[in-house]
Amino acid sequence: MADPVAHTQRIEPTPRRRSWLVVFRRNARTVVGGFVLAIIFASALFANQLAPYPPNQQNLRARLQPPSAEHLLGTDNFGRDVFSRIIHGGRVSLSVGFISVGIALAIGGLMGLLAGFYGGAIDNVISGIVDVLLALPAFLLALAIVAALGPSIVNVMIAVGIANIPAFARIVRSAVLSVREMDYVTAAEAVGSRNGRVILRHVVPNSLGPVIVQASLALAGAILAAAGLSFLGMGAQPPTAEWGSMLNAARPYIRDAQWSVTFPGLAIVITVLALNLVGDGLRDALDPRRAQTEP
Amino acid sequence: MFKYIVRRLLLLVPILLGVSIIVFGIMFLTPGDPAVMMLGEAAPQAEVEALRERLGLDQPPHVQYGRWLANVAQLDFGRSIRSSRLVTDEISQRLWPTVELAVLATLLAIAIGVPLGVISATRRDTVLDHGTTVLAFVGLAMPVFWQGLMMIILFSLVLEWLPPSGRLGGWQYYVLPVVTLGTSAIAAITRMTRTTMLETLTQDYVRTARSKGLRRNRVIYRHALSNALIPIVTVIGLQFGGLLSGAVITETIFSWPGIGRLAVDAIRSRDVPVIQGVVMVFAVLYALVNLFTDVLYAYLDPRLRTRYS
Repeated sequence: MADPVAHTQRIEPTPRRRSWLVVFRRNARTVVGGFVLAIIFASALFANQLAPYPPNQQNLRARLQPPSAEHLLGTDNFGRDVFSRIIHGGRVSLSVGFISVGIALAIGGLMGLLAGFYGGAIDNVISGIVDVLLALPAFLLALAIVAALGPSIVNVMIAVGIANIPAFARIVRSAVLSVREMDYVTAAEAVGSRNGRVILRHVVPNSLGPVIVQASLALAGAILAAAGLSFLGMGAQPPTAEWGSMLNAARPYIRDAQWSVTFPGLAIVITVLALNLVGDGLRDALDPRRAQTEP
Repeated sequence: MFKYIVRRLLLLVPILLGVSIIVFGIMFLTPGDPAVMMLGEAAPQAEVEALRERLGLDQPPHVQYGRWLANVAQLDFGRSIRSSRLVTDEISQRLWPTVELAVLATLLAIAIGVPLGVISATRRDTVLDHGTTVLAFVGLAMPVFWQGLMMIILFSLVLEWLPPSGRLGGWQYYVLPVVTLGTSAIAAITRMTRTTMLETLTQDYVRTARSKGLRRNRVIYRHALSNALIPIVTVIGLQFGGLLSGAVITETIFSWPGIGRLAVDAIRSRDVPVIQGVVMVFAVLYALVNLFTDVLYAYLDPRLRTRYS
């Protein structure tokens, strides 16, 4: 007869904890995305060293030249080197993305944290604000804000940042709500820890997973939205090299200089694709259950 | 179900009121005096003051908001600064082309995205599945403005198959704008269909249907897809918001005479009443589509249907 005590005392082998970094590395698509992203970041960082020409250097005798050994991706209507402008444009587009997401993360994250942790009236007011902001698609909200503030790259950062606030507020709120119920939070409160300490030491660190995923995916969306606003003439103003505004400036020459339209857009596609791949990899790593079904 | 719809409609009221505060705020944040913008920089000060008084611009903000909201409730957004026409007339003239574009793009996205997602899920890890996944990733990463320009280069300038702009004159004018606008929705619906189908295909009722000896297609479409539809419908509803945003850019590229292009023109000329009107209309359209999606969701899910019937 089996000994029931021995059975209950047997220590079950604990499955080795899957480090999210290991899962992240195992995902081939994520590795490719990360590699491409590293190249894009490096080229933006070392734009001055890598670009063969200054981004705004005009050469009217070399207007609308097709790609050649001298101008790798051709020239635009002012004879500026498209390749150099794309590399420098990466700096602007990535900065806009990071700053916008930073704004959204700071404000939306704080709103979500307060709503999720305190609940009650605070939650009701914040959720109401979030619902109102969600009543407009993010790009249209950003467009409305830029319409009010006026066209400039700084205003685009603010507008795209504000438009992304509700997404972060919701994600942080739901993450905090589930962490709030954990035993270690109850224990910290029971031993008399102050709210500030509980939030900083227990709630924030344990709610970070979904926020990291959202940030990486929002970065791609922010770059797309900012480029879209610049394409409509509401973001970066000439002669600033920014991918969306480069496309807008090249539009009238679509018939004769297709390269000046093609390559800046390709830079956006590659960057956004790489960010989405990395974001998906992070999500799979942080939420392995979804990794079973997500493509 | 009727009760549910009424409750959802009532919930829209505070949200749209909140949107109206944002929309009204546009006027306060916009630099420049609306009266000066309407009369021109050279207008005498007395005339500007008189117009300010007539428009109520000399009143405190909350009074102005109350008056503006009362007018908006009667579909009166005032007159366009640029054309002096009623904003309601400008919008109503441009609304149908946008709705037409968004609806056609949605139908295209459903017609392509759902079957592609099903095929991808039922042939998991095949070349077809990987190819579809790559296409979906690229579709989601492609900015609508670049895709539109690329399609103009290929189909209008190189192949000369389709016109690059305009709306009236036949189906050919619809192809490029509808495909451009619908691409990211196709990608999103394909991915969501694949994901939910993969989840559904492992369910017991699908295994039971298979073990009963039902034909493969019947199992996939009758048993699996019908149960996977709920999240797919949600994504379709969410995509509509993306399509409204995309319409602003698509209409600008293809000279499509919709409210998206009207919005861009109004922003460029700082025509505040038109901007306010268009943003409000976009919010209402988006809210109604979300409401429709929720109702459809409740209809498709027998548990919710029973709860609200």
